[in-house]
Amino acid sequence: MAEVQYGWPVNHKARLIGKRVSRVDGHEKSTGTAKYTYDINLPKQLIVRALGCPHARCTVVGVDMSEAEKVPGVVLVHYLKAPKPGDDPVEIHADGTLLMAVAAETEAAAAEGVSKLEVIYRPGEPFVADHDLEAAESKQRTKKAGGGIELDEVLGEPGEEDDEEEWEEKTLQLLFDQSRYVVEGRYGIDAITHCCLEPHGSTLHWEGDRLKVHLSTQNVSRTDDGFADALKITADEVDVHCDYIGGGFGSKFRPDYWGVAAAEIAKKTGRPVKFLLTRDQELKIGGNRPSGFIDVRLGADENGVVQVWDSHHWGSSGFNGSTISVGNFPYVFRPKNWRRRATGIITDNEPSVAWRAPNHPQACALTQTAYDDLAAKMKADSLDIFLRNLENIDSSEKAIVYAEQLRIAADLIGWRKHWHLHGRGRKRGAVVEGLGIGIHKWGGTANSSNCLLKIHPDGGVESYCGTQDLGTGTRTVCAIVLAETLGLGIDAVKVNIGSSTHPFSGASGGSTTVGAVSESHRRAAQDALAQIFVLVANKLDVPVERLEASNGSITVVGYSDKAMSWKQACSLIGIQPLEVTSNYKRGSDSPLSSSNVAGCQMAHVAVDTDTGVVKIIKMVAVQDMGLVINRKTAESQIYGALIMSIAAALFEQRINDPKTGVFINSELDNYRLPRLGDTGNLVVHIHEPATERVKGVIGLGEPPAISGGAAISNAVCNATGVRVPTLPLTPKRVLDALRIAKG
Amino acid sequence: MSQKSSKGVSRRMFLTSSGAAAAASAVTASPEAEAAAPGLQVVSGETSITLRVNGKSMKAKVEPRTTLLDVLRYQFDLTGAKPVSVDGSSGASTVLVDSRPVLASTVLALSVVGKEVMTCESLADDAVPRAFVEYDAQQCGFCTPGFVVAVRAFLNRHPSATEEQILAGLNGNICRCGTYANILQAVISLVKGNKNG
Repeated sequence: MAEVQYGWPVNHKARLIGKRVSRVDGHEKSTGTAKYTYDINLPKQLIVRALGCPHARCTVVGVDMSEAEKVPGVVLVHYLKAPKPGDDPVEIHADGTLLMAVAAETEAAAAEGVSKLEVIYRPGEPFVADHDLEAAESKQRTKKAGGGIELDEVLGEPGEEDDEEEWEEKTLQLLFDQSRYVVEGRYGIDAITHCCLEPHGSTLHWEGDRLKVHLSTQNVSRTDDGFADALKITADEVDVHCDYIGGGFGSKFRPDYWGVAAAEIAKKTGRPVKFLLTRDQELKIGGNRPSGFIDVRLGADENGVVQVWDSHHWGSSGFNGSTISVGNFPYVFRPKNWRRRATGIITDNEPSVAWRAPNHPQACALTQTAYDDLAAKMKADSLDIFLRNLENIDSSEKAIVYAEQLRIAADLIGWRKHWHLHGRGRKRGAVVEGLGIGIHKWGGTANSSNCLLKIHPDGGVESYCGTQDLGTGTRTVCAIVLAETLGLGIDAVKVNIGSSTHPFSGASGGSTTVGAVSESHRRAAQDALAQIFVLVANKLDVPVERLEASNGSITVVGYSDKAMSWKQACSLIGIQPLEVTSNYKRGSDSPLSSSNVAGCQMAHVAVDTDTGVVKIIKMVAVQDMGLVINRKTAESQIYGALIMSIAAALFEQRINDPKTGVFINSELDNYRLPRLGDTGNLVVHIHEPATERVKGVIGLGEPPAISGGAAISNAVCNATGVRVPTLPLTPKRVLDALRIAKG
Repeated sequence: MSQKSSKGVSRRMFLTSSGAAAAASAVTASPEAEAAAPGLQVVSGETSITLRVNGKSMKAKVEPRTTLLDVLRYQFDLTGAKPVSVDGSSGASTVLVDSRPVLASTVLALSVVGKEVMTCESLADDAVPRAFVEYDAQQCGFCTPGFVVAVRAFLNRHPSATEEQILAGLNGNICRCGTYANILQAVISLVKGNKNG
């Protein structure tokens, strides 16, 4: 049999790919019958609740569990991070760290048990001022986090007598002296939490020596090893399942220590266990995105093209003390001369984990606000300044794509109609309006993925793949690819995902899943179809290359009388089902997927200068993503990303009490997220020129979640003529900035 | 607002009494209690009750502190309503009690004896979840059942709602994935298409 040539159908021939297909599991999700980890109820299960440390920094000396054990319904009290009798005291560096767990017959009994635990704490001195570099330095809470410099070769090199750093400093100063415009600013963005609506956790049980875990995870195929390692068994003794996950956003890749504890409790008690974090714990330890603050100086020529960038940023990813990756600065834009430095700050908070487009939203906001301030300083149109600076970006081949996207976005938001110079808009009462831009990039390489495809002699089709549906509509993507390839309706294929017993598929992180499953499912379907075509060609006595699968039939180009139904074709397989396993390895060259997208977002806002309230009038997202598999869910991803950007730009922030260090807004009544009425008019445009479509599938999850914050901040600055330096732009921050600007 | 419920139980008395008795007991008026001695009854420890859920009578064992949400999820395996926030600020546990939207995480099971509880699962053939599917008003889907019930309750009261009313009237629920734009379109389609079921 000839080698299968993998590829996608040309645009006009696609029946399902690129079309608007409803989720195959939409009915289950919208009628409450989809079962998430939290929803799995196992016979005789115990419910576990944990005690979170109420201090940001302390020493836990010991625990008296005697009263907790007496609570009716409590079955077991289990040590988490607290010291066992005889152990040394334990240092705690994050509010919410789980100290003890209580397993009980009901949620209420478990909670009551937790309330009866007596813990002896020795208070420590917390440090949480992640914005305050000077304070961090004085308390020796800083860590160098890298840096670098690049200067145009025309500037020469330091001489043998020169001190290299002094020469660089002098050269940079020379560049700034030569600049027509110099902008200096300090910008910031606070830490936020993942706030998954389904908290982290598991429902699990042992079957003999085999651990069966329902885990709320983005990593179905590869958390078994984490459990196995911690429990001193082997990964083949752990099965992980996740049919549905209630949000992850980058925070659910591991079993976590409470997952391992659930398995230990189940082992000790001989009963199934359900252990999910409370809301407060989910916000405190379930995952957070690091903060970032930056001092920037940039110099531009008379056209507003930045020639030199010099920045130092800091921030905190918690008690491990790292910060946003320095390599991301300046973001997208890359002038010929730049220096960047970074300092990590060690705070008493849970370390951050990956958050949708790790590092990018912060780097974007911290860079492109400064570029917009350049436009303000020049009394120029921000759109012109962004366009002109496309001559110096880090992926020069994308400049033409960005330019086109900016033009499309400008049309969609009405840039020419609504633009005014910064702070020069018409005031209606206390309300002023403004426009802002952000541009972003992302890789989105497909992850590794394997698919087992079974085609039964009766025409039935089923697939198995250890991937997961994070909310992007993975099942539907798998179904579309299989149905398109086999020429069937979407209901004719049964997609099975969400189990580590299925063939391996990579974790859903970094916009890698749609590419991954498109690769493995397209390959499997093309491989299987090639085998069926051989059988059909022999039977019909036609050349195999003339066969096509469409509309439930195998047809023969040029032989209109020689078609065969799908069912008839499958009957040729024989008694056993045809089984094909096809693989894609991340990074291998493929005509089906690739990487690197561009995108831009624009915001039109209204600012009430009396109250400081910012409202979104309209936001536009223009995004390329290579080949679109499911237009409906792709658009949903972008809408959702815009709304998450609005959340981080205007509403959400982790607030630590400066004295006690405690995370004080860890419930949803005060951890503010936008509601239905808060998002304004959102417009999504998928930018798919032929040059991008031919690249195949490129991941979409992260990129549209990046530049909205910069766009909103820039729009507020355009409206008011005043930079509100730190996101989120809360009413207080807006009013403070306006007051300071007034003097 | 009236302090009287249809069962003759003062909201103030209920709250005062249950507060005074802490978590150990609550005051309610079960149908059985009313038959014997109309008015209030102090309940403590585990009690058997019958709830009307999705048109069926279902037996549950509850303590005074047991929430409606825990009964639905753990005893009836109706897991559409979700435990997202203890104070109800997410709206994820929204169910209908006597046709009014309530947050099952903030309602005690004993307080809904004799009332009609409808959960998201009862809306399997309703136009609202169909519109959610059509307009892709769901991503991870964890908030979706609560939203579906909230939309059903909203449309029952405002079948011809304007966009402004929709934007103002569905702010009790949180979606973290950001499906609001899709939800808005779904609700507008229901109003425009008069597909309120």
